[in-house]
Amino acid sequence: MSFGLTLYTSATDSVVSNTLIAASCGFISNNLQYYLPKRERYWYILIISLGLSGLILLACKGLLVPILNDPKEAVNYAQFFSKSWPVRFDIIFLQVGCMTILSVLWYSSEEEQQNRQRRSDAEKLSKEAELFKLRQQLAPHFLFNSLNSISALIGSRPEQARKMIQQLSDFLRNNLKKEEQQWVPLSEELQYLELYLDIEKVRFGHRLDTVIECDENCLGSRLPPMLLQPIVENAIKFGLYDTTESVTISIRARIEDRFIRIEVQNPFDPDTTRPKKGTGFGLTSIQRRLYLLFARADLLETHVDNNLFTTTVKIPQP
Amino acid sequence: MSNTNTSSGHPGNTPSGHPGSGSAPSGDASASTGSPIKVILIDDEPLARMIVLEYLQSYPGITVLQECGDGFEGIKAIQQHHPDLIFLDIQMPKINGFEMLELVETPPAVIFTTAFDEYAIRAFEAHAVDYLLKPFSKERFDKALRKWLDHHASTRSAAPAGAPGSGPTPSASGSPGNLSAPAASSTDAIASDAADRTRELLETAAQSPAQQHRIVVKTGGKIKIIPTEDIHYLEASDDYVKIHTHNGAFLKNRTMGYFEKALDPAQFVRVHRSYILNIQQVTRIDPYEKDGHLCILQSGAHVPVSKTGYVRLKEVLGL
Repeated sequence: MSFGLTLYTSATDSVVSNTLIAASCGFISNNLQYYLPKRERYWYILIISLGLSGLILLACKGLLVPILNDPKEAVNYAQFFSKSWPVRFDIIFLQVGCMTILSVLWYSSEEEQQNRQRRSDAEKLSKEAELFKLRQQLAPHFLFNSLNSISALIGSRPEQARKMIQQLSDFLRNNLKKEEQQWVPLSEELQYLELYLDIEKVRFGHRLDTVIECDENCLGSRLPPMLLQPIVENAIKFGLYDTTESVTISIRARIEDRFIRIEVQNPFDPDTTRPKKGTGFGLTSIQRRLYLLFARADLLETHVDNNLFTTTVKIPQP
Repeated sequence: MSNTNTSSGHPGNTPSGHPGSGSAPSGDASASTGSPIKVILIDDEPLARMIVLEYLQSYPGITVLQECGDGFEGIKAIQQHHPDLIFLDIQMPKINGFEMLELVETPPAVIFTTAFDEYAIRAFEAHAVDYLLKPFSKERFDKALRKWLDHHASTRSAAPAGAPGSGPTPSASGSPGNLSAPAASSTDAIASDAADRTRELLETAAQSPAQQHRIVVKTGGKIKIIPTEDIHYLEASDDYVKIHTHNGAFLKNRTMGYFEKALDPAQFVRVHRSYILNIQQVTRIDPYEKDGHLCILQSGAHVPVSKTGYVRLKEVLGL
């Protein structure tokens, strides 16, 4: 037989060495599952592989020599071992080393994946919280001012006060309903907007005029709820007080490619108010909301043309 | 409303909030002195002004001189009429109530009204300033007004008894010359105390996010809103601060400390006792003389940087 060993000896040697290797691979893999070195990772791999290889080699010899009953065979084997150990060591080291590296890679990527999952979960949560807050932002001011208007009307014009209470309740009911929804059709959003504008007209007197233009084919488009109202509120705020005459706020909607494009236009006085480039006035929260929803920063644009300020918002359609 | 004349001459003695109907509090605050109290209403909503007007009907001693729909009108009206008291809304288009007050040289007494503004309310609470939350009841309104009337009356009683109808308080009129000398000094003290309070309030209010992004200045009778990103740097100049921008320099009568607090600290650094710098404008920092440095701005301006200023600047720039 090769190297002067019997089949029995070779087979035993092979079984014992391979079992030992398999056991140490299992040990490493198991070990790394619980402890993954963060620093000095490569030294760790090298040292643990070298150490284990040496141990396997020693165990191999220590176990095999007593197992072989035939004393002559045992001497033969011992001689063979002393000649072959460097080669054996190399092979064992390679196997154990590969296993270590594979385990490290495997568990690192698993950990990474878990981290990523956790991060995206946390992001999602904070995003939802932020979206909720952004949606809420403008309501209290509007609400308390409207109540104040009602309070003022009760004395002199009770009929109008009652009407305004009705409008305000409709508005609030809509508002509550929409908190649940992620998308609403434009037709619904426009109705809601008209309700809002009616209330604003009471608050601001006869000086506020509004024009709403919308193509038939737009009405079914979907938008995030309560997105238009703050834009219109903004337009009213900055449009209404630059002149003492009445002011017209216009809202136009049309389909453009795969977007619904909505323009809100208000007049302003370029001498006293200077809208900033990009997102002027109080539009940053809308910009942020659109970014959180669509991961795009270019959906809200503002444009200044002489004394007209136009806010354009584009909502991607499915 | 029936105008029951209770305990004349001492409106402060009327208990607040009668148990029964909201019977009108004695509106004779100035009846004893004869000259009416001059009031201006500043609110962007006509109905909000209407309700104040309605509530004021039970105070015959108070005359509303003008109603203003925005801060610009408000400034003009205050300078024209020198009112004793103004009712001021915070959230208004273009410039808010605080910014408006900043631009008035001798601000009159103010009762603030607001619907909802966390920052404003925090500022009021911090400086113990009375304010009305819309919608407010007649009782709440009376309480605030009566408190002011008491204060106003005590300011007046500081004047000698022989000179009752001596007109508006110096804080409002800006012309204390028509008061006799000893009275002027004591009322001046109270007035300047009120002015201090107002200044402190405005300082706190200026730190709100709504105001952190802009500075309102008056230049040649016109009001200009400067977005803070347009500012190159600020320079102390006697009692004023000179604000250098793309479109030239503007003066504002505030201290460097005020701007240091009011401006966004991630954007503006006090690099020197007399300079605050917009870090976006910095192109180069050169050593200068023995301990100092010199900042070169995009506009080409040179701004001195002190030793401690340099430490602060490096920190903000992350060097």
